Amino acid sequence: MASDQKVLELNDLNVHYFTPRGAVIAVNHVNLYVKKGEIVGLVGESGCGKTTVAMSTLQMVSAPGRIVGGEIKIEGQNIVNLPEKELRKLRWSKLALIPQGAMNSLNPVTKIKEQMADGITAHEKISGAALRDKVLKLLNDVGLPERVYNMFPHELSGGMKQRVCIAMAVALNPAVIIADEPTSALDVIVQRVVAQTLLDVKNRLGVSMIMIGHDMGLLAQMVDRVAVMYAGNLVEVGPVGSIFEHPYHPYTQLLIDAIPSTKQKKPLKVTEGLTHDLRNPPPGCCFQFRCPFVRDACRQKPPEFKQMEPDHFVACVQYN
Amino acid sequence: MGGLTRGYFIQRLLMFFLTIWIGVSLTFAIPRLSGSDPTTAMLLTMMNARGYVENADKIIAAYKESFGLNDPIGIQYIRYLWNVIHFDYGFSFAKFPAAAWSLVTPALPWTLGLLTVASVLSFIFGVTVGSLMGWRKTPRWLNNILPVSLTFTSIPYFMFGILLISIVAFKLHWLPATGGYSRDVNPGWNAPFIKDVLAHAIMPLISIVITSMGGWALGMRGLMIGVNNEDYFLLAQAKGLSPARVFFRYGIRNAILPALTAFALGIGSLIGGSILVEYIFAYPGTGYTLYRAIQEQDYTVIQTITNLIIIITATGVLILDLLYPLIDPRITYKKSVAS
Ligand SMILES: Nc1ncnc2c1ncn2[C@@H]1O[C@H](COP(=O)(O)OP(=O)(O)O)[C@@H](O)[C@H]1O
Ligand code: SF4
Ligand SMILES: [Mg+2]
Repeated sequence: MASDQKVLELNDLNVHYFTPRGAVIAVNHVNLYVKKGEIVGLVGESGCGKTTVAMSTLQMVSAPGRIVGGEIKIEGQNIVNLPEKELRKLRWSKLALIPQGAMNSLNPVTKIKEQMADGITAHEKISGAALRDKVLKLLNDVGLPERVYNMFPHELSGGMKQRVCIAMAVALNPAVIIADEPTSALDVIVQRVVAQTLLDVKNRLGVSMIMIGHDMGLLAQMVDRVAVMYAGNLVEVGPVGSIFEHPYHPYTQLLIDAIPSTKQKKPLKVTEGLTHDLRNPPPGCCFQFRCPFVRDACRQKPPEFKQMEPDHFVACVQYN
Repeated sequence: MGGLTRGYFIQRLLMFFLTIWIGVSLTFAIPRLSGSDPTTAMLLTMMNARGYVENADKIIAAYKESFGLNDPIGIQYIRYLWNVIHFDYGFSFAKFPAAAWSLVTPALPWTLGLLTVASVLSFIFGVTVGSLMGWRKTPRWLNNILPVSLTFTSIPYFMFGILLISIVAFKLHWLPATGGYSRDVNPGWNAPFIKDVLAHAIMPLISIVITSMGGWALGMRGLMIGVNNEDYFLLAQAKGLSPARVFFRYGIRNAILPALTAFALGIGSLIGGSILVEYIFAYPGTGYTLYRAIQEQDYTVIQTITNLIIIITATGVLILDLLYPLIDPRITYKKSVAS
């Protein structure tokens, strides 16, 4: 299904938050691409920089954050430093977002129809009955009843709101959709429904997606490739099957180990630890303070990415 | 949702009357609790004015009789409530044969006219400036000059008024210094009078607006900054909407809700007037009347104005209650306040 055409490329992306007490290095030399029709899962614990990757792709990093280096290419066009007006045209039509906060991502004082319509009319000349039909069809596509059209956000459940967000995101058939933890705020059953909705939409429209999450188990069922992020760095990237079969990086192993299983009772060997202060990354590997296999070489210089299997890369001294 | 239900309406209306009843009863009780006796006070003023008053205790007794202060308190209360309903507050203590109500009515249009316009302008300017200050996408040059418009907030408004009078009226002779209108025009619906009234209103208006819009601006700035970080606000930008639409439909539309509530609650204080502004500009409004009444211990006039404040505040809240579900769909016309 995935062709070789890269619709989104992040090349050596660096994003820092310039706080009064120093620059937070939230995204550090990240390289990632999404091929047409592919879902790439971006996984890592809270605070590792996933949302920052998402927002910088939209050129919407919140202050005091700034993209300090690298390229973001959408269908080959570098959009870093594009003027605001050009960016506005590009947003939503080429690059849509399903935001992290499911409960709060819709304007509480306007009806669903208005919020769905304004994203469309900002980019397309369409109005009246045609617009109405389009919105109704989008609602129908994500399995929502027609009456949602005239409702306010507070009248919908969390899952319904998130499905409205999905419907909005696919409205213009964008090249890439970035879904930032689209299901984290929902309870388990609703999570399944929303995840299924996303997959349906993806299969029908063939959109490409970056799916952000912290739950390896849930992500594994939805994505084609996985990118594992730790403290602003990508540490392992590969096809989902290959990653689960051979997780090379100690952090990836930890994440996969943490997936609960009903078949075997695992001792909860969680080496929970704190990520180092992102203002002061250590020289060498970013995972050295929590890694069970840490050695002297790890503290010298950052490990380089090495290809272990087709399309499967890891950054760890053990394999350098 | 659903429209305005009868249950909701009746509930709000009951609240309206209950509020007024409690407030009006307080204005009945407080002077009687204070212990000072208005009739004696009146006599003292008389004595000060004339040096000596014959049969002082007889006069006090006669006063008490004619004001009905000798009756049992229950009777007084019932009569008071009855009179309040009829806007009859009895005689003014200080300007005896005149009715209290007749002292207040001539002042009402001046204050209502001046302060309604001033409050609305102050709210509009304040909200606009504050929203722009709180919005991340406001152009930098604008963000640099906006705070300048608030510098006068830190000056007490009577100082600002005095400054205006001394420069604009006395030095430049552009506008009349004080009063509601000049002696040489004929009050009525004629062009010279209207022009004259407007000329007299400009400086009080400006001093109120300039010195009070800062409060709205600072409040609105905070509310807008809050909305800036809301997910729906980010999503609106991600959708590539025009900055104007994001600012108005997603920003102000949400941020203004608490400010509107504050505005409605402040409506009652219009009657109290801007006492100092009216005083400095010798403006013939209720604020000035209230100030004089307090000085003269003119209880019936104070009661009249206080009750007006209560009634108008309650009306403002009632209107807000009836309109609020229209501006914030999360509040529904249910019988009790929905969460
Ligand atoms: N506005 C900000 N100012 C300063 N630091 C920030 C800001 N936003 C995020 N960060 C920091 O950047 C890092 C990455 O945050 P984020 O991208 O939200 O992570 P994630 O989405 O993976 O939880 C965190 O350490 C966070 O503290
Ligand atoms: S480089 Fe060293 S510290 Fe880093 S993950 Fe590999 S073994 Fe652990
Ligand atoms: Mg996040």
